[in-house]
Amino acid sequence: MKRVGDFTYELEKKCYITGKSVLVGEKEKTGTFKKYFCDSVTDDKMGEKTFEKGERRMLFEIDKMALKDAGLKSSDVSLYLGGDLMNQIVTSNFVAEKLQIPFVGIYSACSTLTASLGVGAMLIESGGFENILCSTISHFSSAERQYRYPLEFGNQRQCYSQWTVTAGGAFVLSTNKSNIIITKICFGKVQDYGVIDIANMGAAMAPAAYDTLKNFFTDTNTEPKDYDMIVSGDLGKLGSDILRDMLLKDGFDLGQNYMDCGHSIYLFEEESYQGGSGAGCSASVVSAYILEKVKQGVFKKVLVVATGALMSTVTNQQGDSIPCVAHLVQIEKV
Amino acid sequence: MGDIKLKRNDEYLSYVENVTPKTGWFNSLFHAFIVGGTICCMGQMFGDIIKSYNPNMDTLRVGSWVSIIVICITIILTAFGVFDRIAKYGGGGTFIPISGFANSIASCAIEFKNEGLVFGIGSKMFYVAGPVIVNGVAYSIVVGLVYMLICLF
Repeated sequence: MKRVGDFTYELEKKCYITGKSVLVGEKEKTGTFKKYFCDSVTDDKMGEKTFEKGERRMLFEIDKMALKDAGLKSSDVSLYLGGDLMNQIVTSNFVAEKLQIPFVGIYSACSTLTASLGVGAMLIESGGFENILCSTISHFSSAERQYRYPLEFGNQRQCYSQWTVTAGGAFVLSTNKSNIIITKICFGKVQDYGVIDIANMGAAMAPAAYDTLKNFFTDTNTEPKDYDMIVSGDLGKLGSDILRDMLLKDGFDLGQNYMDCGHSIYLFEEESYQGGSGAGCSASVVSAYILEKVKQGVFKKVLVVATGALMSTVTNQQGDSIPCVAHLVQIEKV
Repeated sequence: MGDIKLKRNDEYLSYVENVTPKTGWFNSLFHAFIVGGTICCMGQMFGDIIKSYNPNMDTLRVGSWVSIIVICITIILTAFGVFDRIAKYGGGGTFIPISGFANSIASCAIEFKNEGLVFGIGSKMFYVAGPVIVNGVAYSIVVGLVYMLICLF
């Protein structure tokens, strides 16, 4: 592993993505990526009694599907990295117990995907690990009851709010060959620009994505147009517009090769305001759409920069602003 | 250092304020007027019907019956998952009449059923409605004191 500039690390050995899976809810299935989301669930409780149990069941299915895609048994995997949005990342804890793979939980809110891919890729690089499973999930109903109001409570959302997606994705990182590799990693610094409004996640998270992307471009001496696609996690429409503005001020024009998973996951008619949010948002879109396109050779070099808002309901009620972080991984086709 | 950060945040927040879309107040008010008005008209209708069957019933009693009917309808609509859709359109129009209060309690009861009777329904049922009651009691004390002072002189 080689350090490039101040914040970026280049992997020298090859870290391949050999397996991937995605499972989405009904609303996501009818959205923009319906062609790419092969597997979906219609019952978001998955036949269980509570939403939390349903989420667990969903994550378990996702992990099993990823292992199947990579052609592995759970005993072949040396480490399981992952997290979710529930308190104490409890969903992942329960799933890890079922899978019986050594588990390290990662909580980085909606940027859990890139945090675990980054850490996983570095561990593969270290030489001791052969296969690592990374997964993350978010669930609209369980997140809504933890962070906001009861589901049946009748209230209006702000027009700048976002909709937590019911989706999850899993990835198998491996030393075994495939045609998708992770080449560079850039972990982000936590940014706090003083946004307090919990509904305005896009505005809170955009500076984190801006900081990480700016550091990465400076470190590697590249520009946005050197990449086939730059994917941000769940900034939504407002957040991605702010990110474009901020980067443009520093002379980086994101141009046409930029998309935001949250902004694009739902159709306009689905009334999701600024778009989707949640850990599963970037995981599902990257797994189903981006990696598929990398596999086909449509995109050769992709940057995935997922952003996470690291507040809790307690700090928010006490009037504190929202600290945010963004981690970046560069994915390439070989 | 701290000053630079504060200045940066101030600039950023005023920029965010500029670019964040606003909810159109005319639309919100209009929707609230239509939905809230409809709920109140229905309440009046129930009252008139009760009055026409029982001409001797006093107005306060009729009012209580109307409240009970509106609460019942709200809870049934909440249970069937319809009320939140009406509220999404109506906003304050559904929240201000007693329907909003009934919905906030019923939705919590449904929601926290899984956490058990005591720590679920028992402690979380007034999770949304609780602050309304506390405020109601607190303001009624203030109003009561003012009323008492006025009566003294």
